[in-house]
Amino acid sequence: MFRSHFDVRAQPGFGLITLFTFFALYLPIAALVVYSFNGSESLSRWDGLSTRWFVAAWHNSAVQDAAVRSLVIALWAAFLATFAATMAALATTRTAPYRGLTFKYALINQPLMVPEIVTAVALLIVFSRIKVWTGYSGLGYLVMAHTAFCIPFAYLPIRARLESMDLTLERAAADLYATRWMTFRHVTLPLLRPGIIAGFMLAFVISLDDVVITEFVKSGGQDTLPTYMLGQIRRETTPEINAIATVFLALSTVLVVVFFFVNRRKT
Amino acid sequence: MASEVERIGRERERKDIRDRWLLSAPALVIVFLAAVGPLFVMLLYSFMVKGDYGDVRPGEFSLEGWVSVFFQRDIFDDTLGLADAHLSIIWRSIQLSFLTTVLTLILGFPTAYFIATRPPHTREIWVFLVTIPFWTNLLIRTFAMQQVIRNEGLLNNALIWLGVIERPLQIMYTDTANLLGMTYVYLPLMVLPLYASIEKLDFRLVEAGYDLYATRFQVLRRIVIPLVRPGIIAGSILVFIPSLGAYVIPRVLGGGKNMMLGNLIELQFGAGRNWPLGAAMSITLMALVMVALIVYVRNASRGGAGHV
Repeated sequence: MFRSHFDVRAQPGFGLITLFTFFALYLPIAALVVYSFNGSESLSRWDGLSTRWFVAAWHNSAVQDAAVRSLVIALWAAFLATFAATMAALATTRTAPYRGLTFKYALINQPLMVPEIVTAVALLIVFSRIKVWTGYSGLGYLVMAHTAFCIPFAYLPIRARLESMDLTLERAAADLYATRWMTFRHVTLPLLRPGIIAGFMLAFVISLDDVVITEFVKSGGQDTLPTYMLGQIRRETTPEINAIATVFLALSTVLVVVFFFVNRRKT
Repeated sequence: MASEVERIGRERERKDIRDRWLLSAPALVIVFLAAVGPLFVMLLYSFMVKGDYGDVRPGEFSLEGWVSVFFQRDIFDDTLGLADAHLSIIWRSIQLSFLTTVLTLILGFPTAYFIATRPPHTREIWVFLVTIPFWTNLLIRTFAMQQVIRNEGLLNNALIWLGVIERPLQIMYTDTANLLGMTYVYLPLMVLPLYASIEKLDFRLVEAGYDLYATRFQVLRRIVIPLVRPGIIAGSILVFIPSLGAYVIPRVLGGGKNMMLGNLIELQFGAGRNWPLGAAMSITLMALVMVALIVYVRNASRGGAGHV
């Protein structure tokens, strides 16, 4: 009798703290979005609703350049990282342990273990030397650096997908005289696609979000959207920066939601 | 015949392993060139002599970089004293990271517990709501925190409106700002692993506790917390390590007077023009992270063995 009213899972006050946590998680983001519709010249005054700062940001050529640069770098880095990570995942799964396998895991996941600022200054040291030696100071350095730290993120879902995959279909293909390439192209790859898409999206978001490594590796005039914003935040800020952040926020939320549903449909 | 078959088998295996090395080569080479290799170069730089305008003097080696992480030379009599400025920033970084871990745990544990005890279908939505801020750009979240705590921000306006204070509280550019920012940004990193381990909790054990007349608090302290300890440790390490290396948050919220180790490192490569010192500091930061990881591995393995 008593049992049916007594919830063994409940703990007093936990619901309230949870409420506070979600309030705390979303209030700052809400404040940022609301202020981006501020009609006033400065963040410290509220002059009624307006979309003027979105218009201003849209026509700001520095913002346009930074946004395009961010996208170019993220697309290249995500593509290269996914490509390399897919091959690495094929090479490190579905096999008996062999000498060097642990080394491969450790190396591939290394960018996750070291604080970003440390990698950033190490890259600054090396790339600044190479820039002097070769005279090349293009986007290649940023693409290279981004690819490296995107690889573990792309690798994770692809490897998970491979490990949970059924081997029988590939065996059947081999029984039907398919070559190794044909088996890969027509059986393994289609089965692997959800993992590859997930890996690409993760890598893309991670590259798009990067501030620290980009800030140290970029040459003059190579601001991405996050480093542009970092530079602006230090100066006197207008709601324009809120407008940029709001659009950025909306885009990454859409990506995460898509990612969530792609993953859910799979399972 | 048997040996022939064996030989072919072994050869095939060897070829397979060689193919696997070739296949993983691009990833390994990229990570080595643009992540691991530069760390070795940096180690080398930490033992070199600083150049007059940044960088280092080629071919000259010294321990000066490492010495000046911890000590400073007196300008008059050239004696070594402790480098108070550096040590206090290192100590501040450790303290703030520890406090951040504690705060995220205080908020994160009840939240994770609450989510894990919802019906399975709603759980997914709650977890998703934690994931969205997690995937939001770190800089944007830091900037969002600034909107709340700056002098004309949400918090001060609300407190003034409520009549609690008359003049705005100066939170920006203090250690409190750093602490609030890091707690806000790293909170999802605490909630997610905690949730994963609480979700697996066997509530029959909790029920048994109540049958033996335990109070709610006793059940929490003596049954739940010991059982989800691996999750607590994992969450703590996931918060502590990035806090230790925080760069963006103290730069935006803390300002120049409340630097953390990450900003001190940047300073050596910028205005400080002391690359060997910056390199040595970076390696010190890495060493601190390694210590935290070793503590984690030790605890995790002990915790695992204790509950099987």
